Amino acid sequence: MGERVGIEVSLAAAEAVKMANVDVVAAYPITPQTHIVEHLSELVADGELDAEFIPVESEHSAMSVCCGSSAVGARTFTCTSSQGLALMNEIVFIAPAMRLPIVMILANRSLSGPLSIWNDHTDVMSVRDCGWIQFFTENGQEAFDHVMFSFRVAEDPAVSLPIMMNMDGFVLTHVIEPIEFWDQETVKQYLPDFEPVNRLHPDNPVTMGAFGLPGIFTEAKMAQDQALLNSKAVILEAWKDMGDLVGRYYKPVETYHVEGAETVFLSMGSVGETVSLAVDQLRAQGKPVGQVKLRLWRPFPFEEFREAVRGVKQMIVIDRAITYGGVGGPVASEIRSFLYLEENMPTITNFLCGLAGRDVTVEDYMAMFEKTEQMVKGKVRQEDYIIYGVRE
Amino acid sequence: MERFNVYASRLITKKEYFSPGHRACQGCAEALAVRLVAKALGQNVIVSSATGCMEIVSSPLPFTNWRVPWIHVAFENTSAVASGVEGGTKALIRKGKLPDKGTVFLGMGGDGATTDIGLQSLSGAFERGHNFLYVCYDNEAYMNTGIQRSSSTPFGAATTTSPAGKLKPGQVTWKKNMGEIAVAHNIPYVATACSSYPFDLIEKVKKAARIHGPAYIHILSVCPTGWRVPPNKAIWIGRLAVETGVFPLYEVENGKYRITVDVPELKPVLDYLKPQGRFRHLTPELVDQIQERVTREYNQLKAKATL
Amino acid sequence: MAKSELELSWKDLEVGCVVSEPGNASQYRTGDWRSVRPVWDTEKCIQCGVCYIFCPDMAIKKTEDGYFEADLYYCKGCGICAQECITGCITMVEEEE
Repeated sequence: MGERVGIEVSLAAAEAVKMANVDVVAAYPITPQTHIVEHLSELVADGELDAEFIPVESEHSAMSVCCGSSAVGARTFTCTSSQGLALMNEIVFIAPAMRLPIVMILANRSLSGPLSIWNDHTDVMSVRDCGWIQFFTENGQEAFDHVMFSFRVAEDPAVSLPIMMNMDGFVLTHVIEPIEFWDQETVKQYLPDFEPVNRLHPDNPVTMGAFGLPGIFTEAKMAQDQALLNSKAVILEAWKDMGDLVGRYYKPVETYHVEGAETVFLSMGSVGETVSLAVDQLRAQGKPVGQVKLRLWRPFPFEEFREAVRGVKQMIVIDRAITYGGVGGPVASEIRSFLYLEENMPTITNFLCGLAGRDVTVEDYMAMFEKTEQMVKGKVRQEDYIIYGVRE
Repeated sequence: MERFNVYASRLITKKEYFSPGHRACQGCAEALAVRLVAKALGQNVIVSSATGCMEIVSSPLPFTNWRVPWIHVAFENTSAVASGVEGGTKALIRKGKLPDKGTVFLGMGGDGATTDIGLQSLSGAFERGHNFLYVCYDNEAYMNTGIQRSSSTPFGAATTTSPAGKLKPGQVTWKKNMGEIAVAHNIPYVATACSSYPFDLIEKVKKAARIHGPAYIHILSVCPTGWRVPPNKAIWIGRLAVETGVFPLYEVENGKYRITVDVPELKPVLDYLKPQGRFRHLTPELVDQIQERVTREYNQLKAKATL
Repeated sequence: MAKSELELSWKDLEVGCVVSEPGNASQYRTGDWRSVRPVWDTEKCIQCGVCYIFCPDMAIKKTEDGYFEADLYYCKGCGICAQECITGCITMVEEEE
């Protein structure tokens, strides 16, 4: 086993990319992702990482360079946030259609306007439909571990899809946490070399990116959707193998104190640890409260989620993004939609909080629980969503 | 005039790397230019293409006219995709995962994809110094979407978004000089070419492919459909563009200019403008304006070539 | 020979909708487009190959005797060959019904 160090999570992520022996890094700087790319460029400049570091002139070009390099069979990495993701949006939808296994770390940051450099999930929620494999990490150790996982899953020939690893900007990227590094031997065991399903090469000329007439487009989309759904098996195996190697087993849906819980919080990303503290306090007060942490976002983990909320009467869904004039925050609207077809669907309150870096404390989560209890007791029709903590 | 051995065609390779059965219009000189570039480069090439006429006519799923590796991602990012193809291959060769075959990395796009929406990614790729060749097929408008103007549309040309009307004489701005923009990036090789001069074009492509670093070739590609000329006149009109000085054929190697097809005495621009439907609304005053500018710019080019 | 897109099931598509058969679009008969076709007068033809080099559709091929003729599967009848021919030996002839 490797050493355990106190290190800024961005740097640890960059070190993990180095250990994965990436071939091409193409990225454009944007707060709060900058430390990741800066460290990668240092590693290349010092000869510690043998890769082409391509300092592109925009994020749109970053994702485009990644498409080109992935298409020739190079292990490819990029990272961005917020406006950068928005700028590369067009290409983000194209990469999975072309089945290019690009690995991207998204340092979650709010979308403008107004301009904000601070953390929330509006960026990742704006690309729910893009077709990438998407998952969330909660702390530095998870971030490090999941770089290896990302390359392994994306490049698996049965998958061959790009993968988006979410880590909260500033909250994770800029904090120092204790992280146990893997040793290079373990990386080698876990992560095979990249052998692309299709490769651009003069010896075997292929055409990539042909255009789709109406008569074929639906079939192309069916194939792509199936590929994403089928990736789940590879994802589960990759997590199991990781556990066997490093002792940390990750699941699509993590649960905390759900035994006998009547009310559960649903959280994603780093707020999960604070929510857990609130759950502890509420349990100490005798309330049957638990927590479900949704780690795998796409493909959505239907079975695991259904299992985790079995018997639950009330869900408090934390959303860190807003959908104006819609039926709820993005996560709540998906959860409600999924559970609608289930027996004994729990009632669901939806709190939009922590927008653009506003702190959400244990007391805040307790208050959300209070509010939920009131609404249930008073048989008040639950509002579609509540923007929590706004000053009137 | 071009040193023209009438039998020179027989020296060109018979292989077609761009297959027949493509869906370009009758008389498309852009398709001809693609054919000639493909012949010049051969099999050992990876092509990154923009969205546009040439992409659409050659890649309707599940078919392709390409016999060399080819990738299309989007409209404005050809140079970025080509940068990734080049960078990825470079890394794989250096790390011993691929043998070095000296593959040429080609980026291709139309005038819209190059001078407008794709200018940023092209500039970025030039600045980073990638070892690639970018070929712009300039048919002087967004032809694939229905003949809308681009910054490469010449002054006075009628397009669907710069129509000639009571108040406006067609395109009111002058054609963006992409050759000069490329030269300003200090790349080792820049050239203009036209499919009416196939041997000049092929020589330039071969030369550019041997260059280490970024190279740029701007090919005037006559579009009978958009320019409103009969299809059989596509080559003839392209020749007139060169003979009137409207589109001089030159190359710039490390900043040194050389006119490759010399025209000792320019024909009047009216010879070039008159046969084209897109210019039929031009008044004599507008033609004079165009003539003045063409003459001035040609003399400036000649001056640079004698430095 | 590749199937038209309407005959493919989603399972027939290659990964990423890649097309791995180079130049398979050459099965498309663009010759159906034309209304005139080029005819060579071999008395005047000097076998220079200018018509061959200027054809945008790669639809001119050499005969056994070294003269040139249109590949009628692809020829769109644009007339560039006739226009560019040095000796004027190519005539564009109407296609009969």
